[in-house]
Amino acid sequence: MRHLLSIHDLSKDEAQEILDTAVELARLSEGSVKKFPTLRGRTVVNLFFEDSTRTRISFEAAAKRLSADVINFSAKGSSLSKGESLKDTALTLQAMGADAVVIRHSASGAPHQLARQQWMKGAVINAGDGTHEHPTQALLDAFTIRRKLRNDQGDLAGLRIAIVGDVLHSRVARSNVLLLQKLGAQVVLIAPPTLLPVGVESWGVEVSYSLDSVIPNVDVIMMLRVQRERMDDLFFPTEREYSRNFGLNAERLGMMQEHAIVMHPGPMNRGLEISADSADSERSVIVDQVANGVSVRMAVLYLLLGGATMRDSISVGAEVSS
Amino acid sequence: MSVVLNAGEIGRALRRISHEILEKNHGSSEVILLGIPTRGALLSERISREIHDIEKAPIRTGTLDITMYRDDLRMRAPRALVPTQIPAGGIDGANVVLVDDVFFSGRTIRAALDAINEIGRPRTVQLAVLIDRGHRELPIRADFVGKNIPTSKEESVRVHLSEIDATDEVLIEGRAE
Repeated sequence: MRHLLSIHDLSKDEAQEILDTAVELARLSEGSVKKFPTLRGRTVVNLFFEDSTRTRISFEAAAKRLSADVINFSAKGSSLSKGESLKDTALTLQAMGADAVVIRHSASGAPHQLARQQWMKGAVINAGDGTHEHPTQALLDAFTIRRKLRNDQGDLAGLRIAIVGDVLHSRVARSNVLLLQKLGAQVVLIAPPTLLPVGVESWGVEVSYSLDSVIPNVDVIMMLRVQRERMDDLFFPTEREYSRNFGLNAERLGMMQEHAIVMHPGPMNRGLEISADSADSERSVIVDQVANGVSVRMAVLYLLLGGATMRDSISVGAEVSS
Repeated sequence: MSVVLNAGEIGRALRRISHEILEKNHGSSEVILLGIPTRGALLSERISREIHDIEKAPIRTGTLDITMYRDDLRMRAPRALVPTQIPAGGIDGANVVLVDDVFFSGRTIRAALDAINEIGRPRTVQLAVLIDRGHRELPIRADFVGKNIPTSKEESVRVHLSEIDATDEVLIEGRAE
């Protein structure tokens, strides 16, 4: 594994290796040791062309716990806002010696472009590109589900997982569908027809327009944020109607199975897709998701940068495998 | 490929090491055995059973994964992490005995000392190994040795333990006849 661009590129074994590594890192982080010397001397650049709180902070915490140096680049207040191209930014990062670039971009495919063009030698980690993918979010969601319902063991075979809401604009949904299916789970998408992408039939998932009919027989319900910033059109009549048909509330919470859990990738629109009492209920693992995110991102950084990398092979010699 | 220790000899060496650990530490109450995965952890389990049989009292044991502290991480592909389990109550003030299978360059033990340093401050750190094959690259020595086996750097020493390898034996590979 040289980059983490898409769940598509991961085999099931690689995905499970990331989850297993994260289990050990989570266990270590619970102990007295909070910081490891493993990535000392490595530089991780957070390159964020789009706003983010938890993903950027999560990557920053993960890199720092492994003793890497972290440089934060955000589009606002840098020459990116002066119209610098992705290529020139990449060349700058290469010159500064970035071992890994964590990139978030509003254009789908920007991380692939960065990785494929060989402008820089470092590893590229996709932290969300447009409406395409958000692989580390899917990995941390799978980690959270596996921790809660499978005791950190094996895959997710036999679980039925509902993803509810704005699938159309959601890179989280796309990455999750790919990963959860790869790990053997059965995925149900629930959304109004206007918020389902064209070609969803080919994803190999069940699609439903009725939350109430699906909710009693799922193990996990994953609520998606209604992405108003990406909506240049009217996708549903009113927020109240959306909330009534597709929002999670106390009544629907009561229809769920005893062991079922509630997830949300954040940030939440409380009162729209999820009611405040659902978000704060016993079933909610939303805060666990954030904590697990750090362990999963530590695992990704460790697996990409912990061993020999492209940059090392230049100085160490050709026999080094990357 | 030649066998340098068979099952009986491994058993006797571990029994002797167990007695030596007890003798040096005046009993088992202050001792914590920390095995370095994979085979060091298995050996530390066996030593803890021996000590339990001798002293009729439980001894604290744990495992210590040193992967994150290695100095050769950048020379090869990333390694899988394995569990670190430190006994409840920590290692402060205890006599920690590190247990590993083959003692070679000393770099594993250096990494283990770094890892221990992060976890706490033991009173002493001692080292028990089944095989000492020489070729140290650092000023580190073992306190308890199962067997000293002079080797050349080209040879490799393989420890097989019945828990994972079906048999108990120590082999040397690549020795010129």
